[in-house]
Amino acid sequence: MISVQELRVKFGTVEAVRGVTFAVGEGSSFGIVGESGSGKSTVLRALSGLNDDWTGRMTIAGHALAPSRGRDFFRRVQMVFQDPYGSLHPRQTVDRALSEPLEVHGMGDVDRRIRQALAEVALPPSARFRYPHQLSGGQRQRVAIARALMSEPEVLLLDEPTSALDVSVQAEVLNLLADLQDRRKLTYVMVSHNLAVIAHLCPQLGVMQGGEMVEMLSAEDLRAGRVRHPHTADLRRLSTELEEA
Amino acid sequence: MKVEIANLTISFPSPQGMSQAVRGVSMTLGAEKLGIVGESGSGKSLTARALLRLLPPAAVVTADRLQFDGIDILKASERDMRAIRGKRAGLILQDPKYALNPIMTAGAQIAEAWRNQKKGSAKEAMQAAIDLLAQVQIRDPKRVAAAYPHELSGGMGQRVMIAMMLAPDPELLIADEPTSALDASVQAEILRLMEDLVSRRGMGLILISHDLPLVSHFCDRVAVMYAGRVVEELAAGELVRAQHAYTRGLLDCLPTLSHPKGRLAVMSRDPAWLA
Repeated sequence: MISVQELRVKFGTVEAVRGVTFAVGEGSSFGIVGESGSGKSTVLRALSGLNDDWTGRMTIAGHALAPSRGRDFFRRVQMVFQDPYGSLHPRQTVDRALSEPLEVHGMGDVDRRIRQALAEVALPPSARFRYPHQLSGGQRQRVAIARALMSEPEVLLLDEPTSALDVSVQAEVLNLLADLQDRRKLTYVMVSHNLAVIAHLCPQLGVMQGGEMVEMLSAEDLRAGRVRHPHTADLRRLSTELEEA
Repeated sequence: MKVEIANLTISFPSPQGMSQAVRGVSMTLGAEKLGIVGESGSGKSLTARALLRLLPPAAVVTADRLQFDGIDILKASERDMRAIRGKRAGLILQDPKYALNPIMTAGAQIAEAWRNQKKGSAKEAMQAAIDLLAQVQIRDPKRVAAAYPHELSGGMGQRVMIAMMLAPDPELLIADEPTSALDASVQAEILRLMEDLVSRRGMGLILISHDLPLVSHFCDRVAVMYAGRVVEELAAGELVRAQHAYTRGLLDCLPTLSHPKGRLAVMSRDPAWLA
């Protein structure tokens, strides 16, 4: 479904992504982990079309991606960000936020679609005419996910979608993402610094360091400690968990 | 130094009358590491800030006892409080980007905190600032002392804030999510540093965090807060064997590397927890 080959992104003289290659099958999830500045979000932003200054080859569903994308691309590929407070317009109601993608893509049946989207992300119908500040953090992230789903995309790009949430809310959002993937056969690329979160949702993952993808492995291998690169081993060791006594 | 909190209540006026954000919290602390965990809105930050009387002006605070080393925080004058804040007790905040003064160099900010207490010359203060930066494991303390906050990375900024809080040799350090904005490797370093300082200087530490595994590794004791109350208090190493349904719920909904879960447990909140 998604293939990225030799992706390079430069900011001025700094090469933030230095030849990254990976592929994601349809309906599957690929995770990217790494520390801040490793280039993981930059990969996602190049893939999403938010940054058009890159070289390499990227295809989604067999179509090669040009630096600038057409409207159809933005219908099929949507992105969810870390901080829903920053990604939702503070002066727009949920109703407005959800109807805008429909307007942009000329999709009708607005009322039904919005009601359905709210139900799909388990928000009460009463949330529809609220403003972002009247919702909790978890509800706001659900709105952001609902908005991403409005255009009926095939691919969701998730940038730290649960890092700003409490753990109980994180569990709900991760379950929601898993359900949506099942139901809609969505393909995910998820970026996170949290190895456990990535391993939970993504059967395959890549580890980035200094702009390079230093290792690709399965979640199973990561869990079992079958890692080859020292940076993966470091990240795994630092991922604190409760010790069973 | 001993901190004593008994039956602390913090309320805010709301259109529906007074709303209680912290409800009857009691805890004591000596030269040890106490973790306070809980979700956003559980009252963990308010509880710690009440100790420094750094609450929003609208807050109404009552307590049977709220003492820092025998000083009654509820009755202390503003002058007495200034002798505690930033001197005998320091507060480390989550985000150095917002907590540091953007138009003062790191060195000048630390020097100011030092001079405030030690009353030395400007030159002595700057030298002390550089020494403190070295103490928090900054490799090039002279360069960092001359840098402005925006020129520093998150981990460096956090170290600058710790150095600033250490300048007056405090007896108590309150760290409010000190590492949540940092990478795991930097987080481990900062915690090691705080651990070292606490044991070397015999300080008390209150670590406020939403990260249960972290607190259980790092602290001696943990208080779990829910909706303004401490629902459970236990030795940090015992956290896996927590009894309260809320603490269990928090533990169960965490994805882990060691125990793959098909679906994450979702917390069902028992109204009885609010009682």
